Amino acid sequence: MLKVENVSKSFGPVKALRNASIAVGAHEVVGLIGENGAGKSTLMRVLSGGMRPDTGTITIDGSPVVLRDTSQANRYGIAMVFQEQSLLLNMSVADNLHLANEQPFTRFGVISRRRMIEAARERLAKVGLDIDPSQKAGELSFAARQMVELAKALSLEERTNTPLTILLDEPTSVLETKDIKILFDRIRSLKSRASFVFVSHRLDEVLSISDRIYVMKDAEVVAERTAGATSVASLHAMMVGRDLDAEYYREARQESPGDEVVLEARSLAVGGAYRNVNFTLRRGEVLGVAGVIESGREELTRTLFGFLPQTSGVMLIEGREANLRTPTQAVAAGVGYIPRERRTEGLVMDISVAANITLARLDATMRHGFIDHRRERAIAVEWIQRLRIKTPSANQVCRNLSGGNQQKIVIARWLTANSRILILDHPTRGLDVGAKEEVYDMIRNLSAEGVAIVLTSDTLEETIGLCHTILVMRDGEITARFDAPPHAKPAQVALLEHMV
Amino acid sequence: MAPAFQSTPSAADPAPDDSRSKRGRAFLQGSVGGGRLADFGPLIVLIGLSLLLGLLNPSFFSFRNLVWGLANSAAIPLILAMGSTFIILMGSIDLSIEGVLCVGAMIVALLCANDSNDHDFGWWGPLLAIAAGTGLGLLNGLVHVVLRIPSFMATLGLWFVGLGIGTVALGGSAVRVLDPGIRAIAFQRVLAFPLTVWIAAAMFLLALFLERRTRFGRYIYAIGGGEDIAALSGVPVKRTRILAFTLAGFFTGVAAVLAAAQLGQANTTIADGRLFMTVTAVVVGGTALTGGWGGVANSLVGVLIVAVLANGMVLLGISPYIHETVQGLMIIAAVALSIRRSGSFTIK
Repeated sequence: MLKVENVSKSFGPVKALRNASIAVGAHEVVGLIGENGAGKSTLMRVLSGGMRPDTGTITIDGSPVVLRDTSQANRYGIAMVFQEQSLLLNMSVADNLHLANEQPFTRFGVISRRRMIEAARERLAKVGLDIDPSQKAGELSFAARQMVELAKALSLEERTNTPLTILLDEPTSVLETKDIKILFDRIRSLKSRASFVFVSHRLDEVLSISDRIYVMKDAEVVAERTAGATSVASLHAMMVGRDLDAEYYREARQESPGDEVVLEARSLAVGGAYRNVNFTLRRGEVLGVAGVIESGREELTRTLFGFLPQTSGVMLIEGREANLRTPTQAVAAGVGYIPRERRTEGLVMDISVAANITLARLDATMRHGFIDHRRERAIAVEWIQRLRIKTPSANQVCRNLSGGNQQKIVIARWLTANSRILILDHPTRGLDVGAKEEVYDMIRNLSAEGVAIVLTSDTLEETIGLCHTILVMRDGEITARFDAPPHAKPAQVALLEHMV
Repeated sequence: MAPAFQSTPSAADPAPDDSRSKRGRAFLQGSVGGGRLADFGPLIVLIGLSLLLGLLNPSFFSFRNLVWGLANSAAIPLILAMGSTFIILMGSIDLSIEGVLCVGAMIVALLCANDSNDHDFGWWGPLLAIAAGTGLGLLNGLVHVVLRIPSFMATLGLWFVGLGIGTVALGGSAVRVLDPGIRAIAFQRVLAFPLTVWIAAAMFLLALFLERRTRFGRYIYAIGGGEDIAALSGVPVKRTRILAFTLAGFFTGVAAVLAAAQLGQANTTIADGRLFMTVTAVVVGGTALTGGWGGVANSLVGVLIVAVLANGMVLLGISPYIHETVQGLMIIAAVALSIRRSGSFTIK
């Protein structure tokens, strides 16, 4: 029995785990669900030795253990099958399976390739994969790679006496339906050899494979259910944890948008991604785009910022035809983009708050063609006050700020650049509850100032709570359009009907 | 594209319509199916180049030219390339070759019978030179790993440290090697080939063995393929990195002994151009600068390509300056051709 008790973990001011406790029994499949940022991945990393918790204990059959790193976790029989797959594509399947455990095939420092391949074949057979172990991992399909990973994790049983626990982090996200079925069959047949922790946000899958399910929300484990005694609907309710909370999304502050149309799409289309998209965006309006993966909504938002130019159709910005071929043209046309990967796409983490804010509009800081540091500072200080960015000073390096404040800096940059249309691409991803609320406040402020916003979000709830208007996409087409005025918000189910 | 592996109905299918997997495979074609040809690209270039030169100047294929013009001149570059291959396979680079080689040659010359001092320690010189090379390699590794300095910077520093030491010890002038035993390494023939060539061949086999049959070899590929993944799998990344630089130092030390024997002296310019030649050979052979792909066999082919080209231009009476230009163009072309199959563009 593997037990995690009262584990907490913070990253700076962000609480990623708060007193989380779970238990995994022998030969059990335990499901772990939660929204993005609920703490599932952090908990998995703690369990796999990839991260030390701040407080809390982990016990195996009652005796406490410290999981300092992956190999130590391995010694205790815990192995992880990673979401971003962890096979070395330049090496053979056999090399991958035995990586860092070549001893049994080594005599006087010489590796026997033949014996390694034989052993690999046996291991692959355990997961029912019939491939040539001398093949390079890069030649395999994603589904086959996943099986190899499973075989690698399972091979721990040869090296440890403790019962195995295999952590599967979103294993189905890259698989197709028939491969998912195969994976599930394997998991069921392997239950006699190991316990599994199955992390996913696809509730039906979790329900079908798990014996017991833990629900995480806002860095806490909020519920535990036996699979037989719950349903997708009730799991979802627990995961989201609130019926549309008017106050949470600042609905009282949702004002009617202006009449002036700032952005209009006419029969917009991009190759196979989406087609015939029509909508208007008015001054101060928050427009949500809802849809599942591959509904075309991600591509649509990319088109709006010039990342993915439309192949047909017209886009009008403030009445003028705007042919956005590059992000630079989009910026010039008054469009700003807040990317979901703040750390890699949004902010230059190691330069100051002020430098980040003025990055897209350096000429505003210039005098006689050179940067005037006093002017730059003045601009930064103004935005720090207006957006209530919590930073010790304008010279602070962005890396040291919280996620919510970093997000505000990205937005300040676009406002400095006079963007009148902002594309918010999953703006609250990876933020904790407090930071999310700050972003919600800010969206309301921006809207009140007349900035038009196109929003895509990880949760329907957020989309519904924040937006004036919601477009629902499915298979590259807009299937529905909802008005979402305060206190008369559409239900999630109503949107879902048009999504799947 | 046909599925790259067979699978029973019960096994996971390759999902041929999965666009991500297709892209993933096309991406790695360098070593698979239709991409096989690309793997033999360097070899084809080598054969083509040799045939062309043989046509233009039949003396290219004369036994004398193959032994002295080609094998003998490729020997030292081959040994240097062996060390560099492991480093480049990890996605790192060793720039210190010339400095280390200079120190090694200096030790050989000053310790054996020479025209500068009264020492006559015979084979202790070469032995100490190899030990010094290995030690400097270890230093490279320690500075790089322990102080977390990029290999580029760490070895750049040691390059000039080595050159400095060599220049000071040699007093700025050339020291002649008078020990007949050491000179014999360059001139003693065994089965028609000079000893130098046999030593280079032995070093190649040693490197090939290390690459293919030891854990060290596996770990080098694992680090080059994905250092984070390797570390997560329990590969001793730091130890392997230090070992690889130490090994490179060892090979450079051996090369230093051969260089001193071949030239009959040690001077401060003994190593000039060796770094460029080595990196060119490794890259032209098909080892990716981003790490993970290629190997010592590739480097053998790469060294031969560079050597054949140099030899050919001498035979054809082309100016050495043009030769340098051609080498420069060649390395850029080789990198441009290989970059296709590498995902990451960071070069460590």
